[in-house]
Amino acid sequence: MKEFRYERSPDPAAAVALLAREPGGAFLGGGTNLVDLMKLGVATPDVLVDVRELTSAEVSDLPDGGLRIGAGVPNADLAADRRVRERYPVLAQALLAGASGQLRNRATTGGNLLQRTRCGYFTDVTRPCNKRSPGSGCGALHGVHRNHAILGQTFEGPGACVATHPSDMAVALVALDAVVRVLGPDGERSLPIGELHRLPGNDPSRDTTLRHGELITAVDLPPLDLPSRYRKVRERASYAFALVSVAAALRVEDGVVADVRLALGGVAHTPWRARAAEETLLGRPATEEAFAAAAGAELAAATPLRDNGFKVPLARNVVVRTLLDLSGGTR
Amino acid sequence: MDTEITLRVDGAAHPLTVDTRTTLLDALRERLRNTSPKKGCDHGQCGACTVLLDGRRVNSCLVLAVTVGDAEVTTSNGLATDGQPHPLHRSFVRRDAFQCGYCTPGQICSAAGVLEEARAGWPSAVTADLTAAVELTDTEIRERMSGNLCRCAAYAHIVPAVADVAAAEGVRR
Amino acid sequence: MTTIDRVLGAGIERIDGPAKVRGSAPYAFEQDPGEPITHLALVQSTINRGRITRLDPSAAEATPGVLAVLTPANAPRLSGELTADLPVLQSLDVHYQGQVVAAVVAETSEIARAAVGGVRVEYAAEEPDVTLRADRPDLYAPAQVMAGFATDSVIGDVDGALSTAAVTVDATYETPAQHNNPIEMHTSMARWDGDSLTLWDANQGPHTIQRDLMTAFGLTAGQVRVISPYVGGGFGSKAFAHPHQILAAMAARVVGRTVVLELTRQQMFSLVGHRTPTIQRVRLGADSEGRLTAISHEVVEHTARIAEFAEQTATATRVMYAAPHRRTTHRLARLDVPPPTIMRAPGETPGMFALESAMDELAHTLGIDPVELRIRNEPPRDPERDVPWSSRSLVECLRTGAERFGWAGRDLRPGVRTDGRWLVGTGVAAATYPSRRRKADCRISVDGRGRYLVEIDGSDIGTGTWTALTQIAADALHVGLGEVELRIGDSRLPFAGGAGGSTGLASWGSAVVLTARQLRARLESLGGQPPPDGLTVDGGVPGPSPHAEQYSMHSFGAHFVEVRVDADTGEVRVPRATSVYAAGTIANATTARSQFLGGFCMGLSMALHEESLQDEHFGHFVNHDLAGYHIATNADVGEIDISWLDEEDPWVNELGLKGIGEIGIVGAAAAVANGYWHATGRRIRDLPLTPDKFFR
Ligand SMILES: Cc1cc2nc3c(=O)[nH]c(=O)nc-3n(C[C@H](O)[C@H](O)[C@H](O)COP(=O)(O)OP(=O)(O)OC[C@H]3O[C@@H](n4cnc5c(N)ncnc54)[C@H](O)[C@@H]3O)c2cc1C
Ligand code: SF4
Ligand code: FES
Ligand code: FES
Repeated sequence: MKEFRYERSPDPAAAVALLAREPGGAFLGGGTNLVDLMKLGVATPDVLVDVRELTSAEVSDLPDGGLRIGAGVPNADLAADRRVRERYPVLAQALLAGASGQLRNRATTGGNLLQRTRCGYFTDVTRPCNKRSPGSGCGALHGVHRNHAILGQTFEGPGACVATHPSDMAVALVALDAVVRVLGPDGERSLPIGELHRLPGNDPSRDTTLRHGELITAVDLPPLDLPSRYRKVRERASYAFALVSVAAALRVEDGVVADVRLALGGVAHTPWRARAAEETLLGRPATEEAFAAAAGAELAAATPLRDNGFKVPLARNVVVRTLLDLSGGTR
Repeated sequence: MDTEITLRVDGAAHPLTVDTRTTLLDALRERLRNTSPKKGCDHGQCGACTVLLDGRRVNSCLVLAVTVGDAEVTTSNGLATDGQPHPLHRSFVRRDAFQCGYCTPGQICSAAGVLEEARAGWPSAVTADLTAAVELTDTEIRERMSGNLCRCAAYAHIVPAVADVAAAEGVRR
Repeated sequence: MTTIDRVLGAGIERIDGPAKVRGSAPYAFEQDPGEPITHLALVQSTINRGRITRLDPSAAEATPGVLAVLTPANAPRLSGELTADLPVLQSLDVHYQGQVVAAVVAETSEIARAAVGGVRVEYAAEEPDVTLRADRPDLYAPAQVMAGFATDSVIGDVDGALSTAAVTVDATYETPAQHNNPIEMHTSMARWDGDSLTLWDANQGPHTIQRDLMTAFGLTAGQVRVISPYVGGGFGSKAFAHPHQILAAMAARVVGRTVVLELTRQQMFSLVGHRTPTIQRVRLGADSEGRLTAISHEVVEHTARIAEFAEQTATATRVMYAAPHRRTTHRLARLDVPPPTIMRAPGETPGMFALESAMDELAHTLGIDPVELRIRNEPPRDPERDVPWSSRSLVECLRTGAERFGWAGRDLRPGVRTDGRWLVGTGVAAATYPSRRRKADCRISVDGRGRYLVEIDGSDIGTGTWTALTQIAADALHVGLGEVELRIGDSRLPFAGGAGGSTGLASWGSAVVLTARQLRARLESLGGQPPPDGLTVDGGVPGPSPHAEQYSMHSFGAHFVEVRVDADTGEVRVPRATSVYAAGTIANATTARSQFLGGFCMGLSMALHEESLQDEHFGHFVNHDLAGYHIATNADVGEIDISWLDEEDPWVNELGLKGIGEIGIVGAAAAVANGYWHATGRRIRDLPLTPDKFFR
């Protein structure tokens, strides 16, 4: 690990101002991802500005019936929050499906959103990786990539990257149309969570659209009035990242899909909002065939790699099953 | 970069000099020579380093020592009171819930955290009804203890060891 | 009945338990060397084959707090007798990915690890050759395989018998490279006092490590002491010396201070061995009643270019079933990989996955219950050595297991049972492991007050030695447990082989029993009372059981599992299992249960998760940590019913102990894969059973 200075600030604005002056600095949340990457030499900040106790650790009610989640709320506390459990089960389930009890106790909401890919070439500084070392190539493209992306990858050139975003929580937040509140050197702004993460495009080194020094202060959840759930498939029963996951919310009225939200995890560089599937479903009968057609519509764009083609039928099956479970249907 | 900190560990305050890079785990093991938390991966992937930080279980290998402040660090050894073993210590021995013993102090800190979380009504990934009261069934214990790998695979004995104490403490029928 | 006579077999709680649960039992790094400790960190090769062309340590050397940088240019010269990967930093040649090319000693671990980045290394790399295939033209037959077994065995006319058999199975099974991954990372802490070396070390046998250190540095036994009272698991990876022990000693010599080297988890994927991948073709021929006429088991596996390690994968096939025509072979490819090593039941574990899967396939082809098929092929004598069994209770294990599991009435058809979205099936497989005894010395002293001290360099790597050996000693001395003090895990103690090959308690226990008998005889000759200034007796066992030639000595077992596969996702769960073992005398019911359980669960983990994924271009193991290399978590393990038969075996050793550390893993993966087939109708012949394979 490279040497660094450790700083605390009296308030978020001061932290932002401090980091703005430090181009090589980084915010420190729970550290469960950043400290890991620093040990590996993947992250090499020269200043750490500790924001874990600086950003709010409160979950508060919003006037519209939604919730505001402070960026400092630990993942464990958020999953245990009664309002989240009752009103946003998809979020509680996504959080509980992630990492371990110990890690969730330490990991923060802000840090979870910004955790970096688990690609084995990214985390090994002796290997080529366009995300870590732009222009060095993508080791995973023709290497070990069973758990890499099937949608939205970049295959050619210095932007080549086929990594996935590892967060479970973010998949639920994307399905929930959460809004991310950010404090930057130029003041506050809000962005829909769908605009936070980005596809690799021609610059996989950037996971998100945040600029240096921008601090996530909170995440706002709009009210949700439909049943929701999260389903994660992984290679062991617990304590493993998703192969594929689905965050879904569905309301069926008179046998017809009245409202639906669908997002996929483990399939792309971002948590993947399944808009094509949603559009296919709205107003259609809530049947297994319709669910399968919707999943098919979303996955038609899939471009799997040599060893991860299984994610296409896997994602399709999990979408169908989750929607069936939500619609109360069986098969 | 050297920094002066005071770590409160198992009831005693230890002023010490650490590098900003020093993790809580290394501060405990290498600076204080505390043998209770173990290092099994150094990356949050095994749970051997689990300690309680102000009563909450965390992976001490991913916590920088400089961030700990005046939080109270409790190791498995520190769970003993007045030289008397903690009920989890006793149940782990009685159930033979370990073999090599290397993951064990971490398992025990984690179990202490599990009991506390259950008392607080926290659900887990296997909780069917997220809003119901929590009971530490075997399935619940398995999931909640899954952040602690045991290569000797004492899992089938760890579950009853935790269950015994859970039952005694009323978070299991 | 006196209580004293009954300590053996009783489920005594672990003597070392209270210290282990609190974390006060000192493992290697936790020992007190008596002076401040400096830290060693490693620079590893990023290529598989080639030569270092430039190595510039100056930036690392200039880092404040760095005490020394060891490189091939300045490292102390080691004896030329060292082989394989042990001659560290002795040349510029690179033989495998992750080979140590430099090492940094510094005042703190943070400084040492950071300074590694300040060592610049350039290589002339050659194209690595890392891929094992059964059709490689360069496969060769080693002179022998591990543990002294013959490379091939051929009896009768296998091909002829196969061509005329009523029913045949011909299938190829594959197991991937696997890593032992004990939770305690390999750690060595070295201190020199003049020309004497003390190494506090995580290993499975201090004498084994001591021997290589003596060779490396040209020292006598009196000059090297290896201390290892508590070891955080090994599973084979801590059986032999690896580069880190040599490096720690070398660095301590150079800086004149105590040096600790704690390997990182990632480094453990290249520096402490792995289990070779295997490709195994099994052919079975049988008559229409299911009696085997021919068995052929041909194994292809890899070894390292710099060291031959030939896993004895097909040897279990030589003892399992009767058949007049039989053949087993082992062929190796020398690849640019780190040296493989032993991993829990080397040979039997991958080999029995193949054989026991093939037996399941044969049972299906014949429409015979797979338990019954095995019983029909029970050999009355060792089918290849043609000697009697010292004892063999496989049939009873199968019958007892079937009873306990509720096997009767099982529907033979695959893929027909569901429970909601779960596809449900059950599977069975048999297990076997050889029983051996090795040389072990022992010293027992009694003081004037009747307190006994038992000294032997045995190891407790989680196996329960502290407890079981104390019990054995108390019984043999006819005293209570409290009157016996045991010392193990120190090369200063009388010689004993390491914990490995399930020989530990059989060898050490025998040595203790024989030495205790000698002591008691001496005491009796003195009128039953110890002399005021005590009495010491040295004894032991010279090596294998004197009956090893006349009898075939093996433990046996049977596993039954229920397997559930999610019809949508291919996720696999094993909610319940029953294993029954026949392993002779069980010294401690409590610790033995844990050993069987741990073995079985490692087999379950192998079946479901374990796989070291190698990049074919760069040649390294990509998933080289515990987030990437999955081992079973608590949630992966269901209800497991462990039991054993009372089995008396007068031939194996003084105690009738057959060894229990490895048999649990043998066959477990086959039982799970067989259950998977029964649940889904899909036969997965290449482990592990990850969800991707469900979608093939
Ligand atoms: C073994 C292991 C298994 C895991 N399994 C899972 C899993 O199954 N599912 C899953 O979803 N996750 C998993 N995780 C990841 C875990 O969820 C993340 O590490 C965690 O959520 C990160 O939160 P943190 O607060 O610790 O972030 P940090 O490590 O502190 O920070 C992460 C990044 O966010 C930045 N940052 C932190 N806070 C802010 C802020 N307020 N504003 C702006 N930037 C900020 C940091 O600079 C850094 O770049 C696992 C982690 C480990 C180690
Ligand atoms: S997939 Fe992306 S993160 Fe992985 S090696 Fe390629 S560029 Fe790097
Ligand atoms: S050492 Fe901290 S989780 Fe493994
Ligand atoms: S007891 Fe050995 S790793 Fe758990």
